[in-house]
Amino acid sequence: MNRRKQLREGLVTNNPVLVQQIGMCATMAITTTLFNGVGMGLSVLIILTCCNVVVSALRKIIPEEIRLAIFVVVIAGFVTIVDLLLQAYIPALSAALGVFIPLIVVNCIIIGRAEAFCQKNTVKDSFFDGIFQGLGYTIVLIIMCVFREFVGSGRFGGGLIDIANGFRFTMDGTGGGIQIFPESYGMSIMNLPFGGFLTLGLLIGLMQYELKKFEKKKKMAERAAKELALQKEVEE
Amino acid sequence: MLAKIVEISLGAILINNFIFSQFLGCCPFLGCSNKVDTATGMGLAVVFVMGFASAICWVIDNYILVPLGLAFLETLAFILVIAALVQLVEMFLKKAVPSLYSALGIYLPLITTNCAVLGVVLLNVQNNYNFIESVVYGITGGLGFMLAIVLFATVRERTQFSDYPECFEGFPICLVSAALVALAFMGFSGMKIL
Repeated sequence: MNRRKQLREGLVTNNPVLVQQIGMCATMAITTTLFNGVGMGLSVLIILTCCNVVVSALRKIIPEEIRLAIFVVVIAGFVTIVDLLLQAYIPALSAALGVFIPLIVVNCIIIGRAEAFCQKNTVKDSFFDGIFQGLGYTIVLIIMCVFREFVGSGRFGGGLIDIANGFRFTMDGTGGGIQIFPESYGMSIMNLPFGGFLTLGLLIGLMQYELKKFEKKKKMAERAAKELALQKEVEE
Repeated sequence: MLAKIVEISLGAILINNFIFSQFLGCCPFLGCSNKVDTATGMGLAVVFVMGFASAICWVIDNYILVPLGLAFLETLAFILVIAALVQLVEMFLKKAVPSLYSALGIYLPLITTNCAVLGVVLLNVQNNYNFIESVVYGITGGLGFMLAIVLFATVRERTQFSDYPECFEGFPICLVSAALVALAFMGFSGMKIL
């Protein structure tokens, strides 16, 4: 399978959030600081890749009728592992994301990929699919975090970047981030649920606009090529 | 006790509404709110599943998992309980109320992957609720979900006839109108119960 095409599918043309439009609860809930977004994105990436590999390795022995139950058990196992690891090594992230880490179990992205992709493809393809789809998800989270944080509190990289003690990345969520304009000037409503719904709505709208424009351009190019070929034939 | 129950109920229905302030259960909320009828049926099924799931999971957690020191398996055990429960509800509705069963269609098995159901069970554990509080939180959380989805279905029936940019068709316009409904629910957020 073509890796470059797979990467493009994960990031743009078949992006889990923007095009497939699944897994939106966590997307809207936790995108308030860059720290949360990156942490959640990477957790999903790891869980998705592991589940993809296991499901595709077992695809020939899983009975058709109870496949969903087996997928859910596999996913719940990996989610528990990641949950416990985060509690042990990055407690700040675990506290910030709260109930949304165990809720990755019911995130439609993972069960959707297991159902739509891993059942029919080899372990290697599924592994790369997990990484690319996970990256697509992470990028959407990062875009939303950066936008909401900037408009809402005039900051960039809250929790992740610490500039008080020289520029460095922190893992304990204490970094203040880079203040671009004073916090009191920000629209704090963007940090509330309203901002989550609105930002995701605008983002998907923008994506649909771009995809439509791209398709139109492609059609025009095809038509032009056809006309050119026709002209040539007539001339001959 | 009664005060606590009132506090939990009002909190779950209005102040910390599952959809508009905690973002739990957004997928069926957006996918199943085309018509008021379907939305009502979906809401009722979720109330039922959330109430029973809270009760059963509380018993399993307190009498099996915690005494055996298996609390780290909570997520796994809960999702299995929910999946089995949804299957039971599906079988019961198929026999007893076939009309509702066919109206809900594909959305019935999808309640398993509704994050509101798993969310309410996990929040019960996190908040250390006792049995009665857990059940009340489950049922009222479901009622909050139902309120949100029915309200939003009526809003959505109107957006179908309105004029908006073409690229906003489908989910984006739903999300933007959901944002406005969430803005209305923000009015409850300052409320305090004595």
